[in-house]
Parts: sequence; structure tokens; C-alpha cells
Amino acid sequence: MPLSIHELLSIDWLIALVVAWLVIGLAGLLAPRNLSFVGKTLYPLGALVGLAVALVAFHALGETAEIAVLPMGLPDLPFHLRLDSLSAIFLLLLGAAAAGISIYASGYLRKGEGTAPGLQSLQYHIFLASMALVLLADDAYAFMVAWESMALSSFFLVTSDHRKPDIRRAGYLYLLIAHIGAISILLSFGVLQSSAGLGATQGAADYTFSHMRATGHDAFWASAAFGLALLGFGAKAGLLPLHVWLPEAHPAAPSPVSAMMSGVMLKTAIYGVLRVSFDLLHHPLWWWGVAVLALGLASALFGAVFSAVQSDMKRLLAYSSIENIGLLFVGIGLALTFQSFGMLTLAALALTAMLYHCLNHAAFKSLLFLCTGSVLHATRERSLGKLGGLIHPMPWVAWLALLGVIASAGLPPLNGFVSEWLLLQAFLFTPNLPHSYINMLIPVAAAAVALTAALAGYVMVKFFAIVFLGQAREESISQHAHDAGWLERAGLVWLAALCVLLGLFPVFVIEKLDFVTRTLLGAGVYETAGDAAHTQNWLLLAPISADRASYEPLVFLLMITAVVAATFFIVRRFWHGRLRRSAAWDCGFPLQTARMQDTAEGFSQPLRQVFEPFYRLTRDLPTSFDKAPLYRVVVEDHFWYWLYLPVARASEFGARMVAFLQQGRISIYLLYSFLTLVVLLFLVRG
Amino acid sequence: MNSILLQFLELVLALALAPVLTGWVNQCRAWLQNRSAPPLLQPYYQIVKLFEKDVVLAHHASSLFRSAPYFIFAAMALAATIVPTLSTDLPFGPAADAIALVGIFALARVFIALAGMDIGTAFGTLGARREMLVGFLAEPALLMVFFTASLISHSTSLATIVETLAHRELVIYPSMAFAGVAFTMVSLAENARVPVDNPTTHLELTMIHEAMILEYSGRHLALIEWAAALKMYAYSCLGLALFFPWGIPEGAKFASLAIGLPSLLIKLAIGGFLLALIETLSAKMRIFRAPEFLGTAFMLAVLGMLVHLLLETGK
Repeated sequence: MPLSIHELLSIDWLIALVVAWLVIGLAGLLAPRNLSFVGKTLYPLGALVGLAVALVAFHALGETAEIAVLPMGLPDLPFHLRLDSLSAIFLLLLGAAAAGISIYASGYLRKGEGTAPGLQSLQYHIFLASMALVLLADDAYAFMVAWESMALSSFFLVTSDHRKPDIRRAGYLYLLIAHIGAISILLSFGVLQSSAGLGATQGAADYTFSHMRATGHDAFWASAAFGLALLGFGAKAGLLPLHVWLPEAHPAAPSPVSAMMSGVMLKTAIYGVLRVSFDLLHHPLWWWGVAVLALGLASALFGAVFSAVQSDMKRLLAYSSIENIGLLFVGIGLALTFQSFGMLTLAALALTAMLYHCLNHAAFKSLLFLCTGSVLHATRERSLGKLGGLIHPMPWVAWLALLGVIASAGLPPLNGFVSEWLLLQAFLFTPNLPHSYINMLIPVAAAAVALTAALAGYVMVKFFAIVFLGQAREESISQHAHDAGWLERAGLVWLAALCVLLGLFPVFVIEKLDFVTRTLLGAGVYETAGDAAHTQNWLLLAPISADRASYEPLVFLLMITAVVAATFFIVRRFWHGRLRRSAAWDCGFPLQTARMQDTAEGFSQPLRQVFEPFYRLTRDLPTSFDKAPLYRVVVEDHFWYWLYLPVARASEFGARMVAFLQQGRISIYLLYSFLTLVVLLFLVRG
Repeated sequence: MNSILLQFLELVLALALAPVLTGWVNQCRAWLQNRSAPPLLQPYYQIVKLFEKDVVLAHHASSLFRSAPYFIFAAMALAATIVPTLSTDLPFGPAADAIALVGIFALARVFIALAGMDIGTAFGTLGARREMLVGFLAEPALLMVFFTASLISHSTSLATIVETLAHRELVIYPSMAFAGVAFTMVSLAENARVPVDNPTTHLELTMIHEAMILEYSGRHLALIEWAAALKMYAYSCLGLALFFPWGIPEGAKFASLAIGLPSLLIKLAIGGFLLALIETLSAKMRIFRAPEFLGTAFMLAVLGMLVHLLLETGK
């Protein structure tokens, strides 16, 4: 059937764009070692495709769901694809982030960094395409195929520099946990489709999401499916206690890949949780929400506390991602709890806060990871203990990183604050829950969210101040450092602009997010905002009613700018602008060096003291009489010792037990076959 | 129109009154400690003197160091503007609620800590580290105080909170008592006051705020000193608005200034005296006791909220 271009649906465009990403990836194989072809042609094309994905997805928000069936897949089960508002908002996130990250990557590529550029471009674009397919998939098989391609392509990207044993180890850990998660998701889909009862006839068509959506589940099986999905997607998102891969894999990957993984890939897991818990299962039980909330809070606090003590800048950001994922799960938990009690508008408020934070985290965390990439290229150094003073040689990166830092610390008027504000507003409604214990416990949980947000501020000050301010702690750092190239700058500026726009125009964003909450819950915040948002003005963010709470970031920013300008003008007009340079105050001790500044360890030392039980600390302190004093502190995660090592030991023990059977002699194996036959005959006879 | 004028008046009043409040606290403290007191307007003289002086900038200072005082000053001015002092009907009121106010204080703190670390001397980094240590516990405690007030008044808008609290019958809310103690502790810590920090010290073992701003001079220092005064003014007005809201006029009428302004001045004078009294009666604690002190404040604030939920919601 010939189709004119006007009849193409959004979903057809998206499929075409996904194919375009794959083609761009494959084109890299034509000249895998040609850096300028891959860097200056393929990646910018990929960025354009990303932009197009974002535009199409933006257009599809709020439209009716579109369905497509691809002639691929299993005999009875071709690939079903579906584009609804939930998919669209995450595709928008993917496209917008990919546009910035790809354009940055085109300037970032260097010779001799691991995998050949063409091959890396293939992996990278398969990664992008598979993430898009995860978001579009409408049956369990297509979803799992896309999910696994995403895991594998990102595994190859993480181990791009596979000659280093640390990186291989990180990649292995990532792959292992990704597969534990994948198995769990698969089982969850199994439970979801089989609810008709074990005796009922089953066909492959049962594995479409529309079938799962249509069937009802009793409380036990629904909880089982939810629990398995939470475990599976939680493993991908870095939810406690399956978070250990995240601080290993993110630093190991090249910076654009870290940005993509942290900014976008973690969100596909969030998408999965939303899809299963709000779309495929309809009636959440209240304790699901509370369990998710508790896990989210634990992850958030854990991530914040650990990111504060990191000395490697990318590990610091990785732990901060765990913190943000925790906050996202807190939002999901609140939304589930509200929904289970039928308080749909409040559920929509919590869900809006959470979706907003998804967009925010994608923007600022990608930005910060890319900034570490520029620092890494400029200095060849990842350890905070050696960096410093980079605002002088790299002003672009430094000032753009400052925007990311302010956003990430949740400070007004940038975007991190908006979602934090919405989340706290949602918490303020929890005393209305019609349940006698949780209506008291959940509001108190807001204290933990507040503490996490404050800790994020501490972490971000540490990150920015140690890397960019002060003086270089090693001589060589300041000599070679140079600012990012213009392509890299373009990527950074794009993401920073997203941070600013998301921060300044929340009403507009919420209007769009409303389509998603309306799809999932049948309620939204924007309409019920008492038409306040509509009729009064579009500057005022007042999710429930203006009387109750409101926030106007643009007025806020204008006010600050006006005061800054007025003060500057008045000071110059009535006094003077005289200034002279001199040495810093040395307290009468002239032999100070740059090494005497506070280090990353020093900056976080108070927190190590306050949160000591959280860490597993190994400390070597020199005595006063040591000839060569050595100070060493190793901060480790208790989970390794409490959970992972016992499990690893148990599986090793099990493997050794099984190995006992493997004697390596053919006669023994024949004996096994003989014994098996005898046993079977014995059984069959009965 | 009236409300815009009132808003402007409130800003001007904050800018003018903040150094006087600092001067008043210093005077009271001197009297209580049997010293001869500096004049009430001494902070003004100080600020003007600093504006006259040249800026001496360290070689390593970056542009962030030079712009930070302006940002900090603007943030504090904004904070002082949105706290209801003369009226609850302020045009800038809806721009930022209680949570955003905490955000403004945090923004200023982040900038001052970054500026402290910009030169790269041991003092600045030490001060910044300690300031962030104080901040990361004080900020959630303050937020929880606001949460308790918001749960009582079903709103996070400062104007609504003040109106609700001013209108309730004269019953003491136990939750607000907890919140009040927590708020006092947080204010002491946030304004670099005695049990946590000492505004007059320059001893490296103990200083927090002074260590961060050690490298500032001239107009930059003047702005920072003024911002610190504004911060204390904002916190005082906030405390008055939350715990003693009587006398703050509702609506925007100039006639109500006749009650509003004197009651504000009297309350500030009493508050300033009490602050000086606390500072005189307590000893500065070791820096590592500060987390315990602030942890207590945080716990008290959370307890206040729990008490409200247990006793006052009537479910």
C-alpha cells in the first residue's frame, strides 16, 4: 500500500529514526579507524537523529496511542510497538540527551583510547537504538530483545578500554547484575501473562502488553509480578542493594558513555517500573508504595553519604546518580501509595515530581559527566586529589559545570529545585492518607529527603570546588590543561540550556507531563491546579492551588539579577572600582604550597566522622616517629561484605560441589548414564 | 499599587535595618559583658569604610570570587524581601514559598563556600568545609520546621502560614514549641553565632564564617558583611513571623504600618537582646560538637512534626 508522507504516523517516523541510528552505526564499519569520518560525520548525524527523535516524541505527547507491528520476531509473535505518552516523554528525554551527548562525543573522540572509533560508534548507536526500542516495545519478547541489546551494547562500551584489568572487572560485574535483573524481568512478564491460570490455553499472543493489560490478577500474583519487576528494573537503575555495579561501571566507561548511561539508561529502568506498575498492573496495593518508598529513601541516603567521600570525580557522580535514582523511586512510591487509596490527583502530583526529576537528572548528570570528560582529556587525571584551579585554563567547562552543580544540588532557580519542591509538596499531603500508621510515618520520611538534598549540596560543592577552584594540586595539571573544543562546548551548552529552561519554565513542562499522568492515572495536576495556572499566569507554578504553595522561578531570577545589577551599578557610581592584586594572606608563613590546600579526603572528613557506621573504613595512620609517614584511608561499601561476598562464596562452593561429578573420564560419565536409565526405568515401571 | 510600594518599602527597610540589628546585638552583648558598647550604627560605619577602601585581590582569585559577593548579597536581599514583616500581601510572596526560602539560603551558602575555596589557601577551604558541615544539618532542620508550620496551616506559602498562625486561638501547639527550639538552634548556627561559631574570632582553630571570607576586602567584604546582617535580619523576622506572628498587618494598607512597624521594631529589639543573652551565657563548643548540636536541632524539628501528626491532627 503506497503511503504519502502525510499519512505517516509518529511511530513510523520513530521507527525510521531508529533505523537511521542503526545505519549510522553500521556506516562506522566502513572506515573503523578513520577518526575524522566517524567523529565529524557520523556522530553529528547521530545527534541530528536524536534531535528528530525528541521533536517527534514531543509532538506525540498527548496524542492517542499508536501501534505498529514489525514483521520480525517469533513465528506467532511479531514485534509489537506502541507509542503512548509515557513512551513519548522518555523518548523525548532520550532524544534530547542524545543530541547533546552525541555532538559532544564528536569532539571528544581521540586516537588510541580503546576500541577503534568506528566500532565504538556502532556500539554507541546500537545502544541508542535499543534504548528507543525498549521504550517503544509492546510485547515481552520485543522488550527483552531490546533490553538485552541495550545491556550488551553498553557492556561493550563500558569495556571500551578493556586492556585495563579494573575496567574488565567493572564490565563483568555490570554484565552479571544486568542479567540477574533481566531474568527477574522475564519472570515478571511470565507471571503477568499467565494469570489466566495454569490450566488455560496459552498462545504466544499472550505475551503482548495489551493482553497483560487486559487480564486481571489476584493480589498474590500481582504482588509477585510487581516484586520481580522491581527487582529486575531496580538492578538496572542501581537501587539498593543491587547498586554495586554502578560506581564501578560509570567511571570505567568513556565520558559520553557514562553520561548516556547515567542520564538516560537508568531512566529506561524507571520507565519499566512505571510501565509495569501503573500500566500493566492497575490496582496497586498500598504496601507496594511503602516498600518502594523505603527502598528509594535508603538508596537516596546511601548514595548521598557515599558520594560525599569519593575521591574519584566520576565515582562521586556515579554515587550521586544512586542518590537521584533513590529520589525517583521515592516519587514512584508516593504515587503508588496515593493511587492505592484512590487519591488520584495527589498520585499525579507525586508522579509529576518524579517525571520532572527524570528530565532534570538526565540534563544535569549528563552535563556533569561530560564536564569530567573534558577535565579528563585536559589533565589525564581523574583523582580529585591532584586537580584544582581549572577554572583558569578551562572557563567554559567550569562555568557550565557550575550550572550543572547548582542544578544537581537542588538550588533555585535551576531545574533540580523544581522537582525537589514538587516532591516535598507531595509529601506535605501524606498526612491525609486514610491509614493510621503510614499517614504519620511517611511525612517524617520527608526529613530523610531533606537531608539527602542538603547532602547533595555538600557533595556538589566538594566536586566543583576541588576540581575547578583553588590552585592545581600538581604542577603538571595547570601546564597542559586547555579548554574544551567547540563541538564539546556545543554539547555542554545544549545540556546546560536544558537545565536552565527546565528550571525557569516549570508550568510549561508540567503541562506536558500532565499527558503522562493522565494516561497512567487518569488524573493530572495541571488542570486541577484550579485553573490557576491557566487563567492567572504561566509564570506561577502552583500545582494544587496558589493559596497552598507557589513558586515563580522567572520572577525569582529577575529579582536576583536586578539586585545584582543595581548593587553593581550603585557601588561603581558612588564609590569606585579600584582593585589591586597581591599575594593571598599566608598568616606569616611564607612557605605555603598548593599541596597544603584541603584535599578531597580532607573536605569530606567531617562527614566520614558523622556517618561513620555507614562506611567500612580501613585506616592506616602514621605515628609521629615514622620516617616515611603514610596516611591511607579506604572507604568501602558494607554491602560487599554482607551480601555480595557471601553470595559469591556460596556459588563458588556450589560450583565446587558440582565439579565433584566431573571426573573427566568417559567411563564415569557412562556410569552416570547407566544409573540415570536405571532410575528412570524404576520410576516408569511404577 | 499599594502592595508594590509596600514590597519596596519592605526591601528598603530590610537593607536599612539589618546593620542596625547587628549593631544592637553587639551593643547588648557588650553591656551584658560589662564592656563599653560600640555605637548602634557602628556596622554602618564599617560598611561605608569598606566601600571606600581598595579591593586587594589574591593572585589566584577567579571571576567567581569577584562575582560571588554580589550573588550572596542579592540572595539575602531576596530572602529578606519575601519574609512577611510589614504585610502579608506582598507581590513577591508567590514567587517563593518557605521551601524556596530554604533554597535561597542554600544558594547563598554554596556561593560563599565556593568563594572560600577559590583562592586555594588552607583557611578558605577549612572554613568552607566547616560551613558546609553546619549547613547540611541546619538546612533539613529548617525545612522540617517549615514542614511543621505548613502541616498546621496546610500551605507552604509564608503569607498563609503567618495568617493562619496569627489567627489561631491562644493555645500553645506542642509541635510549634519543638519547632521553636529547633529553629533557634538552627538560627544560631546559620548566623555564625556563639555556641557554634564566634563572629568576633579570628582564631584558626575555631572560626568558620570568618575563615571563608578571610581573603575578601574592600567593597566585596562590605557586601558580604551587609549580606550577613541581612541574613540575621531575615532569620529574626522569620522567627517572629512563625512563632510571634501577632502584629503583622494583613492586606496592603499603609494605615496598618502604624501598628506593623512599631511592633516589628519592638519584637526585633527584644529578639536581639535575647540573642545577645544566649551568646553571653553559652560557651563556644568544639567544632566536632557542632554536628551533635545540629543533629539535636534536626531531631527536635522532626519530633515536632511527629507530635503534630500524633496529637494535633485529631485522627
